[in-house]
Amino acid sequence: MSGDAREPIPDEPRAPVLVRLPPHLVVLFPGAERRVALTARTVDEMVDGLDALWPGMRARLCDETPAIRRHINVFVDGRRARLSTPLTPGSDVFVLTAISGG
Amino acid sequence: MGQQVYLLVGTRKGAFILESDAARRAWQVRGPFCETWPTNHVVADPASGTLYAGGGNEWFGPAVWKSTDRGATWSHSSCGLAYAAGQEPVKAVWSLAIGADGALYAGVEPAGLFRSTDGGETWTHLHGLQQHPTRAQWNPGGAGLILHSLLLDPADHKKIWVGISAAGVFASEDGGETWETRNRGTRADYMPEGQNYPEFGQCVHCLVMAPGGRRLYQQNHCGMYRSDDGGRSWESIEEGLPSSFGFPAAVHPRDPDGLYLVPLNGDIKGRFMPEGKAAVWRTRDGGSHWQARREGLPQGGAYFNVLRQALATDTLEPAGVYFGTNSGGLYASIDEGETWTCLAPHLPTITSVETLVMER
Repeated sequence: MSGDAREPIPDEPRAPVLVRLPPHLVVLFPGAERRVALTARTVDEMVDGLDALWPGMRARLCDETPAIRRHINVFVDGRRARLSTPLTPGSDVFVLTAISGG
Repeated sequence: MGQQVYLLVGTRKGAFILESDAARRAWQVRGPFCETWPTNHVVADPASGTLYAGGGNEWFGPAVWKSTDRGATWSHSSCGLAYAAGQEPVKAVWSLAIGADGALYAGVEPAGLFRSTDGGETWTHLHGLQQHPTRAQWNPGGAGLILHSLLLDPADHKKIWVGISAAGVFASEDGGETWETRNRGTRADYMPEGQNYPEFGQCVHCLVMAPGGRRLYQQNHCGMYRSDDGGRSWESIEEGLPSSFGFPAAVHPRDPDGLYLVPLNGDIKGRFMPEGKAAVWRTRDGGSHWQARREGLPQGGAYFNVLRQALATDTLEPAGVYFGTNSGGLYASIDEGETWTCLAPHLPTITSVETLVMER
């Protein structure tokens, strides 16, 4: 994935989004769930929210570029997203493992 | 009470543990562990029996796994196991070692070294290697720019040796702050004529320390070597071997002159057992003379290899010797390499073998 530079964060109330996580990620974190509702304005904030719930999850999804890992795909409302991608109220987010990684 | 022997096996699809009493005739195989992540190295703290497994997953990145109950349950962490923002990310953990001070060290790809003082929960980058003046000129070997060999002085935890493919051997005497090259006398046949003994850039395949900590051996892409001065100079000991090319080396647990190797047929001929006949080669005089040991090993159609961390000895008497193949076969000798049996024929590709002997 090319550059993942941060874009301006929309100045609007935080939106609740529904995040779906892959089973082989969830199994790494005792107590983690496949579906989680979070409030976040961007994918980056969503990852922060996941990491707050299950410490260490950010490192599984993002590298130190910082960027979403090469073989992890995050889709927001059907479109492939970056860390800077904004989330809108009710966004559907899928975190998926790319076929290229396995 | 009796002794229990554990073989800690890293594979491309998780870690496995084989377990036996000291007779080493009946083994129980457990695994795969670590959620079948590619696992490059599994080691044990001999004092506590805590197990650590290092690897990296194409999806989820690098991590060190930990088990305090002999492998029944595992947790993982990579907190701090990362370079600074903007640098090429850490891809996988390749080597683990436990120091005399109890600290845990991890060598990674791309080559660098991390240290943990809380049993692998959090990690600190030892910046010295990245700041070495030769760093910008390091080139990867066939498996990447990997820090695969990691040796700690048993008497002085500030002394560290690493083997990096294909940057060569480096040593630190201040706990990883500063490093110097330790490659004098080792060849780089792949360099132009007249440049075959560079200061760095050698393709070290495996670096091991003899018992007592005074002698090092290395299997190199280009030859087999011994050093009695901490790696400051290396002497070729490849005469008598079927080729100068192989990956792993393992020392005898008590005899500094005892060493085991698995030479392959050469780097441009397929990199498998010479003539398809498997053998472990042994010296008992520091590399002056070599003997092939084949009894019990396949003597036809053995087109496998043994990767750089997949040969090990145990500490029992007589010493056990173990190796795993890229085709997933795990072999054992309980008589110092004289005779061999296959313990597990069909594991995933075996990347590493280590041993642990503990009182039950």
